Amino acid sequence: MSATVAPPGKHRPRPSQRQRVFAERTRRRVRRRQWTNTAMVAVLSGAAVVATLPLLLILFHLVREGASALSLDFFTQMPKPVGEAGGGLANAIVGTLILIGIATGIGLPVGVGAGLYLAEYRSSPLATAVRFLSDVLNGLPSIVMGIFAWQFLVRPVGHFSALAGGVALAAMMVPMVTRTTEEMVRIVPVALREAALALGYPRWRTSLTIVLRTATAGIVTGALVAIARIAGETAPLLFTAFGNQFWSVKLTEPVAALPLQIFNYAVSPYDEWHALAWAGSLVLIFIVFVISLAARFATRSRFGGMGD
Amino acid sequence: MISGSAPEPAGPADGLAARLSGAGVGDAAYRTAITFFAVAVPILLLLIAWEVGLAGWPAFRAFGPGFLASSTWDPVRGVFGAAPAIYGTIVSSILALVIATPLALGVALFLSEFAPPWLRQPVAFLVDLLAAVPSVVYGLWGIFVLLPVLREHVIPFLRDTLHLGATPLFSGPAYGPSMFAAGVILAIMVLPYISSVSREVLLAVPRSQREAALALGATRWETIRGAVLPYARSGILGGVILGLGRALGETMAVTMLIGNTHQISSSLLAPSYTMASLIANEFAEATGDLHVSALMAVGFTLFCLTLVVNALARWLVWRVTRGAGATR
Repeated sequence: MSATVAPPGKHRPRPSQRQRVFAERTRRRVRRRQWTNTAMVAVLSGAAVVATLPLLLILFHLVREGASALSLDFFTQMPKPVGEAGGGLANAIVGTLILIGIATGIGLPVGVGAGLYLAEYRSSPLATAVRFLSDVLNGLPSIVMGIFAWQFLVRPVGHFSALAGGVALAAMMVPMVTRTTEEMVRIVPVALREAALALGYPRWRTSLTIVLRTATAGIVTGALVAIARIAGETAPLLFTAFGNQFWSVKLTEPVAALPLQIFNYAVSPYDEWHALAWAGSLVLIFIVFVISLAARFATRSRFGGMGD
Repeated sequence: MISGSAPEPAGPADGLAARLSGAGVGDAAYRTAITFFAVAVPILLLLIAWEVGLAGWPAFRAFGPGFLASSTWDPVRGVFGAAPAIYGTIVSSILALVIATPLALGVALFLSEFAPPWLRQPVAFLVDLLAAVPSVVYGLWGIFVLLPVLREHVIPFLRDTLHLGATPLFSGPAYGPSMFAAGVILAIMVLPYISSVSREVLLAVPRSQREAALALGATRWETIRGAVLPYARSGILGGVILGLGRALGETMAVTMLIGNTHQISSSLLAPSYTMASLIANEFAEATGDLHVSALMAVGFTLFCLTLVVNALARWLVWRVTRGAGATR
């Protein structure tokens, strides 16, 4: 290629007509290939810009529409009937915390236990099956968790309850916690485990006091990510926690939840309620993002510290 | 196993035996406990399938296989057929993939091949954050921001400027809530899933693969097209199918944007239904046992559909990333 495009030197014969045509054609081809390359780089960069736009737009609208409806009342007051100004979503915020509490209380131990099993007996047939099935469980639609919890816990009792909502969310949380626990326990250096075993620690103490403790930061991160995801779930709560216009902290009663309230307000025809839905969404997304960010930085500092 | 038989340097023999057997008991108990938790995962999955399937059984028995093919859904007469919801679920999900896949693949390629290192983390983070936005917030944003924009700008543009109004896809009146709107919001929602899996798969492509192409004089795009994409193809397909699994089961945002109407229309601008939005919309007001059972049967169908799709996706991703550990 370089031979054909080099300028004619002193001691070299002038290129023939054929050579010049060939050189020209090559130059044109190279130029076209470079142009295609530049165009594709631009297209791909454009895709990256377009892909980040929706998030920025959503955040922009949430702040613009929601910030004005936010006040102290929003966090301390109960919802008011249509037509009355003000009112807040205190019961929904508390309800969401209760639901998260129930889900974490059930989902975290089961998930961590199953994750420990997967890491300890990583190639047993049961581990392979559990790993695959927890991925399948993770991909199930959240509405299916909702009708399952209804059939399992609401129908036999005859009324909606916070407990059923919490169980539906826990079913979503288990597979997420299982897989992160497994990954975090796996990256604990083998030397630590061997050292403990060499000192005469039985396997269970090694696992619980050495391995699990080392992996705690990572597991907490995984749990936070899972909590961030279930905190905004609406579909599993529609027929389980159901929502409640009044103050309730009883586990056997229907309970309000922030995502449910946002849904009800969003599809209502009233402007005041739309404003509350925006404000509620802003609060919800703030909670979710803070938890996600906390999780992210927890992992980063951990891996940074390990010289990864 | 090494445990339990670790030698103790000191102590009388019987004490040692006692402590060793104690360790054995502890190990056995520990093993039993974590095995119990591990077994809980398959049991939970089976329990969900059992409960939902059993509850849907009366509807399956009453309507037979026709339940999936009939398009009559009449709670008053007690006749139920899920065809419109199944059709809507599949069409809205495919529409979402058609919009989201090129974008997601573009982002993933940009991040894995071109982006300067300082830009990688922030852009990846912003796109991943899309996955953290709750579904109901997408729905709210969809109702008050996306629908008006689609109605006033995008749909007129598609119809008049691109002359797509003559095709059946974009014919008929455009009120607002529609299959198209649901597809667009679903595209935004599945974008982070497809792009993060694609990125992972692209990063698993061995460096030597790229270096070989570059050494032959290929441009960066030619390297991607000729050396990187073929290697990552089935993994990317896995990511797309994983996104499909998400789109099929997505509930709230779709319920708020699709218009919830039992009909099969060739126009994307007509309101429609999906299986998930059908359950979300009618379950609380179900009028009789057969209505509830029909909704449960829809739920079970959705369960089976996502199960198959997810299993397929996992298998495809696993096939590519499995090799990554060995070649690097």
